[in-house]
Amino acid sequence: MFDTISTLVNAFGPSGRENRVAEAITHLIKDKVDEISSDAMGNLIAVKKGFGKKIMLAAHMDEIGLIITTIDEKGFLRFGTVGGVLPLISLGQRVVFENGLTGVVWYEESIESIKDAKPEKMYIDIGAKSREHAEELVEIGDMAVFEGRPVQQNGLVISRALDDRVGCAVLAELARRCPETDHEIYYVFTVQEEVGLRGARTAAYAIRPDLALAIDVTRTADTPKSRHGAVSLGKGPAIKVKDNSVIAHPAIRERLENCARENGIPYQLEVLDKGGTDAGSIHITAGGIPSGGVSIPTRFIHSASEIVNLEDAGNALKLLETFVKL
Amino acid sequence: MTKQGKLKASREYPESLIDTLKKLTMLDGVSGDEKPVRDFIMERIKDRADSWHVDNIGNLIVFSKGTGLGKKVMLAAHMDEVGLLITGINDNGLIKFKTVGGIEPRVLVGKRVRIGKDRVPGVIGYKPVHLQDSSERKNAVKKSGLTIDIGAKDREQAEESVAVGDTAAFDYDPVEFGDHKLMAKALDNRVGCVMLAELLGGRYPFDLYGCFTVQEEIGLKGAKAASYAVEPDAAIILEGTTCYDLTGTDEHMMSTRLGDGPALTVMDRSVIPDRDLYRFITHTAKSLGIPWQVKRTISGGTDAGRIQVSGRGVKVCTISVPCRYIHTPVSVMDKRDFFNTLKLAEATLAGLAGWFTRDGNSGAHEPEPNESGGKSDV
Repeated sequence: MFDTISTLVNAFGPSGRENRVAEAITHLIKDKVDEISSDAMGNLIAVKKGFGKKIMLAAHMDEIGLIITTIDEKGFLRFGTVGGVLPLISLGQRVVFENGLTGVVWYEESIESIKDAKPEKMYIDIGAKSREHAEELVEIGDMAVFEGRPVQQNGLVISRALDDRVGCAVLAELARRCPETDHEIYYVFTVQEEVGLRGARTAAYAIRPDLALAIDVTRTADTPKSRHGAVSLGKGPAIKVKDNSVIAHPAIRERLENCARENGIPYQLEVLDKGGTDAGSIHITAGGIPSGGVSIPTRFIHSASEIVNLEDAGNALKLLETFVKL
Repeated sequence: MTKQGKLKASREYPESLIDTLKKLTMLDGVSGDEKPVRDFIMERIKDRADSWHVDNIGNLIVFSKGTGLGKKVMLAAHMDEVGLLITGINDNGLIKFKTVGGIEPRVLVGKRVRIGKDRVPGVIGYKPVHLQDSSERKNAVKKSGLTIDIGAKDREQAEESVAVGDTAAFDYDPVEFGDHKLMAKALDNRVGCVMLAELLGGRYPFDLYGCFTVQEEIGLKGAKAASYAVEPDAAIILEGTTCYDLTGTDEHMMSTRLGDGPALTVMDRSVIPDRDLYRFITHTAKSLGIPWQVKRTISGGTDAGRIQVSGRGVKVCTISVPCRYIHTPVSVMDKRDFFNTLKLAEATLAGLAGWFTRDGNSGAHEPEPNESGGKSDV
């Protein structure tokens, strides 16, 4: 599991620029599925044929990042944020462009308080000598992602982009296991989740599944004075009850809980007050699709150092495997 | 392009297009009430397309059959403008209203408006400066305190000419001034409407759907319905966009600059355009020497946001004419930007069949043989 996670978090993939992640996933699963294709928005859709229900399992490939909007005359880059980037924790971070170029995020030092460090008061230094020099290295509209290579420690993974490459990894591993089932399984790796659950909408519209699950990350409450619900790292995958975008279909939630109980898989229940998942756009698509979610508890979401527990990821995989066999 | 683009006046389009644009800005089409604009456009396009219809929400959808590429392209421009909706009439005859779309109260004070089908003249008045206390002078006006004066002596007289539910638009005629500048209300998005109507004359390898949409300013509503009906493979959205290029602003906060040419969006609040389609359009501009710029701020949204996520997904890109003082009665554009945007849109359409048939752009579909037939006189 760590190797798969590691491969996927090392792929560059901010919202709207997910093709490298799609390539990495295609490489991992193409021999294990019956069909694999990309749609107009870039969603990667892999199908394992069957004659039962159509089950859509979705994990998003995109991560948060920065988009270059202006190159100034000295070669510094101005940017906008892609998805929920926390401006203050961006300061001092290294960012990487698709071509491998590294930059550092800093702020206009004339601001009165560090709290005023809004994205428009910040810039990326790529060490360019001039505007012309910078223009040789990057183009306006290019995106950058936060650096943070994966580390395995105490059964945990510390890395950038675990939101939601850990979900992609679980889904890819599931596809590689080829679970024996009569159902038709759609492994869907979606785009542009971080900017408004956009890719999942068109994928679900095209597939019209009988039911759908979003495999994503969820916040934990196990850090000092955390206020995020009741989920802890290491206590198993979280079965979604609700988040800000969806109320999980009760039958799906129940089926997931039964799968976990009957197979001795530890699980938690997720009630997330902030944030949504692809299930939010899937469940109101094409006449309505019963939807739920399996979430991997994750600390420090949307930072360059997110943390997940490998056993939670492994148990999410087991839970999904039993779920699709029912 | 962060460098000042070279200004090049286009002589390839008739100046009469500016007259058409002026006429269109003099018609009123507040969101949900776009009929006058739609009727004018229908009259101009009805003989230039294979068919057209108005859908249930009010979008005008104009169809030109392609010559066999088997792809569908949607061109979209919204007909509606920001304005006011009448919500009540006071005993003293003053008219209460809500804003429709993004208008800030500072823009409203002292403006002439016209209400309803009969264009009843009115003015949004405010307390004379002489009578304001210091806090009133210091603080911005609140929308809730504003009313329209139509000169009626009481409610009964007002009710003879104005009804709750009427829309009101700014009452300002267009003025050409300065260095190729045009000042008018509703340049957002009558510029797009004029360009779209102009482009519908061509015959292309792909099926072309010209969609004049409704209710963009209140949440991109018309485009959503139109794109589900059309199910295009690609869509290009023609818009008027924000421009803030005045002295004292940092370069990266100038969303666009007047005179730098058509503005392309790399991201806004509603959409991240298809990168490959974006590159195709910018290469088209470069190869033809058309000046262009990137919109520098990640602000606002356009119909592209709804079209992209409709149906099975659509490759989209937005091309905009920069407009200073957008969403006011006196938005200002540079006529050269307008002509260059039209030129870029036309050249993009002419090359789009080739873009479709290049490797990797056909999505899940099999590539199909290229066919010529697109306009190439640009």
